[in-house]
Amino acid sequence: MEAAAEAGNLAGVQHIILVLSGKGGVGKSTISTELALALRHAGKKVGILDVDLCGPSIPRMLRAQGRAVHQCDGGWVPVYVDQEQSICLMSVGFLLENPDEAVVWRGPKKNALIKQFVSDVAWGQLDYLVVDTPPGTSDEHMATVDALRPYGPLGALVVTTPQAVSVGDVRRELTFCRKTGLRVLGVVENMSGFVCPHCAECTSVFSRGGGEELASHAGVPFLGSVPLDPELTKSLEEGRDFIREFPESPAFPALLSIAQKVLTEAPARVP
Amino acid sequence: MEEVPQGCPGTGSAQAGRGASCQGCPNQRLCASGAGAAPDPAIEEIKEKLKTVKHKILVLSGKGGVGKSTFSAHLAHGLAEDENTQVALLDIDICGPSIPKMMGLEGEQFLEDNLGVMSVGFLLSSPDDAVIWRGPKKNGMIKQFLRDVDWGEVDYLIVDTPPGTSDEHLSAVQYLSAAHVDGAVIITTPQEVSLQDVRKEISFCHKVKLPIIGVVENMSVFVCPKCKKESQIFPPTTGGAEVLCQDLKIPLLGKVPLDPHIGKSCDKGQSFLIDAPDSPAALAYRGIIQKIQEFCGLHQPKEEHLISS
Repeated sequence: MEAAAEAGNLAGVQHIILVLSGKGGVGKSTISTELALALRHAGKKVGILDVDLCGPSIPRMLRAQGRAVHQCDGGWVPVYVDQEQSICLMSVGFLLENPDEAVVWRGPKKNALIKQFVSDVAWGQLDYLVVDTPPGTSDEHMATVDALRPYGPLGALVVTTPQAVSVGDVRRELTFCRKTGLRVLGVVENMSGFVCPHCAECTSVFSRGGGEELASHAGVPFLGSVPLDPELTKSLEEGRDFIREFPESPAFPALLSIAQKVLTEAPARVP
Repeated sequence: MEEVPQGCPGTGSAQAGRGASCQGCPNQRLCASGAGAAPDPAIEEIKEKLKTVKHKILVLSGKGGVGKSTFSAHLAHGLAEDENTQVALLDIDICGPSIPKMMGLEGEQFLEDNLGVMSVGFLLSSPDDAVIWRGPKKNGMIKQFLRDVDWGEVDYLIVDTPPGTSDEHLSAVQYLSAAHVDGAVIITTPQEVSLQDVRKEISFCHKVKLPIIGVVENMSVFVCPKCKKESQIFPPTTGGAEVLCQDLKIPLLGKVPLDPHIGKSCDKGQSFLIDAPDSPAALAYRGIIQKIQEFCGLHQPKEEHLISS
């Protein structure tokens, strides 16, 4: 069906996972980062490709902002965020001279850079490549899926928050997955509730129940609800390893269950 | 980075499509044909069409999920509470059109006599329909919305945008360039991951010479409905919008607390200002809306002699 993937920069990558959502601000970058950290703790080598060109959040979440990108024979060398070189990252954030500078590009220019990120980054040997995307169903998403298709992505994690306004957008994202032949590994409901640190009352800050209903409606697995935890937000702001530092957090079980799903998922076909 | 022309001469330049850095750019042929240099006739057409629209406000944010649509909807509701004020709300988030749901509309354009809404959401037959369009097609839709919708006599046109700094934003600014735009309201939440995108949005506004009315900080503080104590769900690790506004010398229009009722009202398509009029969040919204009205009142376009109401 597709041409066999050339021995190129993705030849050493075992599994590719996309993190999608129709909706902005639901926690795609958060989930991408925590998934990568959880996979690392499971002994895996992980790469993160951040194709959000307008709002590249991942470098800061892994304390890698301002790092330089070097060239090698195979192309760009991804930035390693740890000494052990178990997590590496490529983001447009590294290519900007000034972090406050806006990337004001129309579609074709964005598509060109995404193609380069997929084919011209020397990822090396990776167990997992997690691809974090911007919200929507447009140029970046089409370019990413097209560029990755020859390598047989494992599938997509689709992130929502509970309220109807998010679910409304994420339904469209699920349609995008169907239309582009991208398997949905499951739906993650983020920001599920907030436990008051003073009185332990749990409030549904962004309504409730939408994620599970959406998964059921679309016939895809529901991977869990991640509650709001200010410690998680702070960890990401400061580029700390939440998985290692906060195993007692109410967010921890759901994040681990997402990682488990990814670890135990078998490819639909050999890439 | 040879495929992404850093040395792009600009689509309007004489070198467009012809420069060395144009080689390999997907737009090269288009630019070389000179199409990029000629101004789009739609710009003048839109200027004419929008002559009956007194004030135009863009609601922006670099970051997704901070509450642009929520704010746009409530700005529209708040302004339209005065039945003598004609308000129009245009949703140019083509991929994720939230406004119809938030306004409780299933295809009708008019919510009240004096509040009209337009969104690509109205053109989709099913809630599962995905709008999988590349930039040029999205731009075409935005042009149509601005040029082909009969807005009529409108006091305020509010334009709700998707997150980012891309096609939709460039098109909105480009097509509105001849029609006077009062300015942009920029929405953020307190944490740095939002602020870092908002700084880019502010830089975008400066680049395209779009005045900034001010910044709104959403989801500022959470008050537990049970014990009434405050928590910061999205901690302002770098000082929140307050410090950002001080640093960049931009007005902070207000801070809106995180009230679970806001989300519920939006899900039901109702105005939170009516559902919970005395709540701190509703009061914060009203204060912000008043500041926006004052800004618009102070910055009347010179060619029109308007008597302020």
